[in-house]
Amino acid sequence: MADARKPIALDFQNALKELAPVLLSQVEHGHMDEAAATLVTLQHARQAGSGDNEFSAVLKEKAAELHRRIEAGEVESALETLQEMQDARDRGLYQEVGRLTRALHSAITNFHIDSDPSERVEALSEMTDATDRLEYVIKLTEKAANTTLDLVEESMPVVAGLTSEATRLKTEWKRLVDRDLSADEFRSLYWEVDAFFDQVSDQSQSVYQHLSDILMAQDFQDLTGQVINRVTGLVKEVEASLVDLVFMASQVEEITGIVRDGEPEKENDRLKGEGPQINKAAEDVVANQDDVDDLLSSLGF
Amino acid sequence: MNKNMKILVVDDFSTMRRIVKNLLRDLGFSNTHEADDGNTAWPMLQNGDFDFVVTDWNMPGMTGIDLLKKIRADERLKGTPVLMVTAEAKRDQIVAAAQAGVNGYVVKPFTAAALKEKIEKIFERVDG
Repeated sequence: MADARKPIALDFQNALKELAPVLLSQVEHGHMDEAAATLVTLQHARQAGSGDNEFSAVLKEKAAELHRRIEAGEVESALETLQEMQDARDRGLYQEVGRLTRALHSAITNFHIDSDPSERVEALSEMTDATDRLEYVIKLTEKAANTTLDLVEESMPVVAGLTSEATRLKTEWKRLVDRDLSADEFRSLYWEVDAFFDQVSDQSQSVYQHLSDILMAQDFQDLTGQVINRVTGLVKEVEASLVDLVFMASQVEEITGIVRDGEPEKENDRLKGEGPQINKAAEDVVANQDDVDDLLSSLGF
Repeated sequence: MNKNMKILVVDDFSTMRRIVKNLLRDLGFSNTHEADDGNTAWPMLQNGDFDFVVTDWNMPGMTGIDLLKKIRADERLKGTPVLMVTAEAKRDQIVAAAQAGVNGYVVKPFTAAALKEKIEKIFERVDG
């Protein structure tokens, strides 16, 4: 994040002059590792040439002067020197704060939340829109699941009825084949089989219709897929802006000298439940039921 | 295995409850009741002489693991077999469930065969 308008420091100019030919020859001869190392050296030289160095040079110079004046007993001019040191520090700080403010402003603008209230409403509505969309996904999938379950629950007894009737008739039919049936029983079987054909024909049609409706109930996948893709896009945008903001915050901490006591220990809320594991290959995640069974049997289940 | 036993199905998603109930009915168990989380399940368990509990883990209100612990801590209910049917698939979660005294653990998405196998295994032990 070097400020382009800043004059190039002399040290860096010298380093550039010295190292550029070296870099060129390294690249020419295909010594890429060495070339990369040279680049790193150059980068360091460049960073050393930025504002901080200026301040430390002033600090060195003034510190010597301060020491000399105190030794000489010139308290008043010593205090003046002290003030100059303070001013130099403040100047660096102000510059840095100014730079950060600009960067922060652009990060926030990218975050779609500006001080302009109309824009803020728009940004919020984008988020609300995203939650609305996800709720729509829940609604659609729930509806599809319920429709499917309804139709399956209606179809199952129909098929079960057909199966049991077929089994019963098969037994009777076997008696017919074995010539084990009386004339009366045959007459009754005759009409039962006739009725069964009607039943099969009617009820197959209704099951077929249910299957076709179940097929149609899967049309949510297309719609929810599109909606989720859009929300994923928004989340990615927000993430990028957040990364910028976090970077800004770390810069602010650096120049103001705020020291944080690491991340607060994240409370173990695993017992709350985490939902499905997306990455089945992760080390502490079981991939399937067999893994669960192995784990449990290793525990003596 | 007593096909008339009273089973409580605890899951916050109604569709999942319906799926589990349907699978149980296919296995011959039709005496099933539903609760949408541990808080709803607890009073039902206390008043209802249930023989078997099938529960999800991740639910609002009281989670399945807390429900399991509560059942194991209750003098009258502690012997009730509990099958966990859940998407929670971390090793230490499964270990935690085992330590809390779960009788079986089925990870979602699951098959009808897996559910059947676990239930049969549980009642082989309980009856045997």
